[in-house]
Amino acid sequence: MIDLPAPKPDVLARRGEILAGLHALVPGDGVIGEPARLRPYETDGLSAYRQPPLAVVLPRTTEQVAAVLAFCHRNGVRVVPRGAGTSLSGGALPLEDSVVLGLMRMNRILEVDYANRLAVVEAGVTNLGITNHVAADGFFYAPDPSSQLACMIGGNVNMNSGGAHCLKYGVTANNLLGLKAVTIEGEIIEIGGRHLDAAGYDWLGLLTGSEGQLVVVTEVTVRILHSPEGQRAMLAAFRSNEVAGEAVDAIIASGIIPVALEFMDRPAIHACEAFAHAGYPLDAEAMLIIEVEGSTEEQDMLLGRLKAICERFDPISLKVAETAEQSLAIWKGRKGAFGAVGRISPDYLCMDGTIPTGQLPFVLRRIGEMSASYGLQVANIFHAGDGNLHPLIMFDANDSKSFHDAEQFGADILTLCVEVGGCLTGEHGVGVEKRDLMPVQFTPFELDQMRALKAAFDPGWLLNPAKVFPLEGNPALRPAA
Amino acid sequence: MTQVIAPADEAGVAAAVAAAAAAGEPLAIEGRGTKRALLRPVQAARTLSLRNLSGITLYRPQELILSAWAGTPLPEIEAALAERGQQVVAEPPDLSAMFGASEAATLGGLVATNLSGPRRISAGAMRDHVMGIRAVNGMGDVFRSGGRVLKNVTGLDLCKLLTGAHGTLGVITEVTLKVLPATEACGTVMVTVPDLATGVRVLSAGLGSPYGVSGAALLPGPAPRALLRIEEFAESVHYRCGRLREALARYGEVRQVEGEESRSLWRAVRDAEPLAAAPDEAVWRVSVQPTAGPGIVVAAGLPKFLLDWGGGLVWLAGPATEDAHERVMQVARAAGGSFTLFRAPEPLRAAVAVMPEEPQALAAIGARVRQVMDPRGILNPGRIRAG
Repeated sequence: MIDLPAPKPDVLARRGEILAGLHALVPGDGVIGEPARLRPYETDGLSAYRQPPLAVVLPRTTEQVAAVLAFCHRNGVRVVPRGAGTSLSGGALPLEDSVVLGLMRMNRILEVDYANRLAVVEAGVTNLGITNHVAADGFFYAPDPSSQLACMIGGNVNMNSGGAHCLKYGVTANNLLGLKAVTIEGEIIEIGGRHLDAAGYDWLGLLTGSEGQLVVVTEVTVRILHSPEGQRAMLAAFRSNEVAGEAVDAIIASGIIPVALEFMDRPAIHACEAFAHAGYPLDAEAMLIIEVEGSTEEQDMLLGRLKAICERFDPISLKVAETAEQSLAIWKGRKGAFGAVGRISPDYLCMDGTIPTGQLPFVLRRIGEMSASYGLQVANIFHAGDGNLHPLIMFDANDSKSFHDAEQFGADILTLCVEVGGCLTGEHGVGVEKRDLMPVQFTPFELDQMRALKAAFDPGWLLNPAKVFPLEGNPALRPAA
Repeated sequence: MTQVIAPADEAGVAAAVAAAAAAGEPLAIEGRGTKRALLRPVQAARTLSLRNLSGITLYRPQELILSAWAGTPLPEIEAALAERGQQVVAEPPDLSAMFGASEAATLGGLVATNLSGPRRISAGAMRDHVMGIRAVNGMGDVFRSGGRVLKNVTGLDLCKLLTGAHGTLGVITEVTLKVLPATEACGTVMVTVPDLATGVRVLSAGLGSPYGVSGAALLPGPAPRALLRIEEFAESVHYRCGRLREALARYGEVRQVEGEESRSLWRAVRDAEPLAAAPDEAVWRVSVQPTAGPGIVVAAGLPKFLLDWGGGLVWLAGPATEDAHERVMQVARAAGGSFTLFRAPEPLRAAVAVMPEEPQALAAIGARVRQVMDPRGILNPGRIRAG
């Protein structure tokens, strides 16, 4: 288990006073202090870690957020911002002495401007909520993390979320124009706006992916795009991971950048097929789902070229969707991957490293060896175009050794990702989960410099402390004894 | 005459910065100095040039990744990419004509200035393709951010912080770029429009279509021309340009250009040639929401303009006076946008705010961030703002 900083005794002692202070700022039912009602906030998508907060506050306006932050700042109270709580890295895990600042009531879409192709939304609007709002007019918001039904745009900004289609459309950072945010002192700041590339320092870029360390985001101006005329998928299955990897290289070399290029290994194929009956080839070692966009004729042209490329690699199975329904069937298994793994194992950890794509066969071989030595099953799903690897490690949370081994196995995989030239996290964020692995990727100086930048925004280390940066070497946060 | 230090390796860069920090002496940071006349003049007795820190260090076409030392000339990178059918996605401009430079721009300089061309609207800015950097901070410490993979959210994104910081937060020594296949064909649909507002409506219609428009510019003239670019496989260029022609015919006379004619049109837009700024005129870049572009042109009242980025990037040229600059600042501010005094004689650049001032809370954070990255204030002091 991971160390959390020692709670501040004076804050714990003033709990009643702090609750009353928050009530005065966010009247009505906007403050939660009863232990039973704090329970839903004790964890996020990384449910192995649980810690009820001191209180939860649910403001409805940026001004209320500013008042809450100014109050917490004045009183030295730690603040953990939270959207929908879908973080897989524990980014919204509370601390015992913290106030959870939930943005879910700030869920209004403030404006849609088609001529300028943007939408202004509050932080608590869900990712899919934006697309649903503009879909009837033919538009969409491009980044599409798997949790898009639930996850909120404020969280997406803080984690710089990606998705299956970011090879073509980019991640959150590439799809933003502006932010309204609040500093820990309670100052409301506006970054960017409705235009591209404001002159001066790229605060928008620095804040995106900063995991709640720097400011609290309350409003986001996103770019929206017109949807393509259509899209269709194909499936190609191969005899080995190596051969599938070569096929991916050949596709990229052909100049085609598919809108999605997903790779599944044998355990992932089997788990998904058993769950979704999508017609996946069970004799394959590796499978690709490739999606293209455009008019029907353009799709035919691109899929024809892709099919010809895949045929050079002696595929076991090659299925090109003829219709939108067949396309959905191909995606059905992949989209149900988490449920599928959940069905064959009581619990799983979803890892998230990135590797140079050429290292995929080697990395999968090493993961297979580790799986055997830990005695834990693993299924691998991979955004093959951009090298983002999601090993799902299966374990039993009721068995503490199993959980400990799964965590260690995950750490070994991420260390391997860094060793082959990749990184600890491609889209889930560091959170608490990967915090203590940061020295694998960064030098002590690089970590110190990042901590100093965090402190430039938040000198008292009140904003989402205990995440991202190891406690060791940080005089501002003393681990609990 | 300033003294030029031009180390041949990163350790040399670090040593030069450390020595300057110890002495408290400011350094002007540059690649080959091609954009020295951009923004405010730096008062420094010494220049740290990255020109000798040059060369591609890693290129993996199948992984869409290229790394090079900061002083590598852009044409060298473009040539290596072209050999494998790839390109620098952000389409950075060649401003040698604009700034009267005889040398090619360096990768580090393009990243430090975050300069992007017409493809900015569809594929992102220079900063969107910087996957990793190595850099030296104002104390001479070497650090890295990002890496050599396409998707990375590990730690704070200092690549973004340094991109567009004009060398004031660190000296970039190496850059890793995401690169993409060069497209097979390029077609342009050109609509002659009665006025600028109609022109931006044409651009909005194109950008709001399903056809993946990768360039949207409005050329000045008695009959302004709205340009929409499609870069795809040849079959798609043919099909999509055809659909755009049908959809846009109601706005004005439509014609289509392809191949080299189309590509050279966009090179000209990229390098702001249609602006036709005279050598003694000042040049501004204003960034606003696209529909505000025509209003900026009218309100600024300057003789020369060019619209790119769907109308959202307004190039302006006119007399290099404080009055003209004051007016550009006012109209940009009134439209909720941003501006840069892109080119002007030194006295004007030294006398005015070349980009918008930041609100107080943000300026205070900026000062603390500079304190972390360059505590002695020796890296390009005064380059972006006075004081």
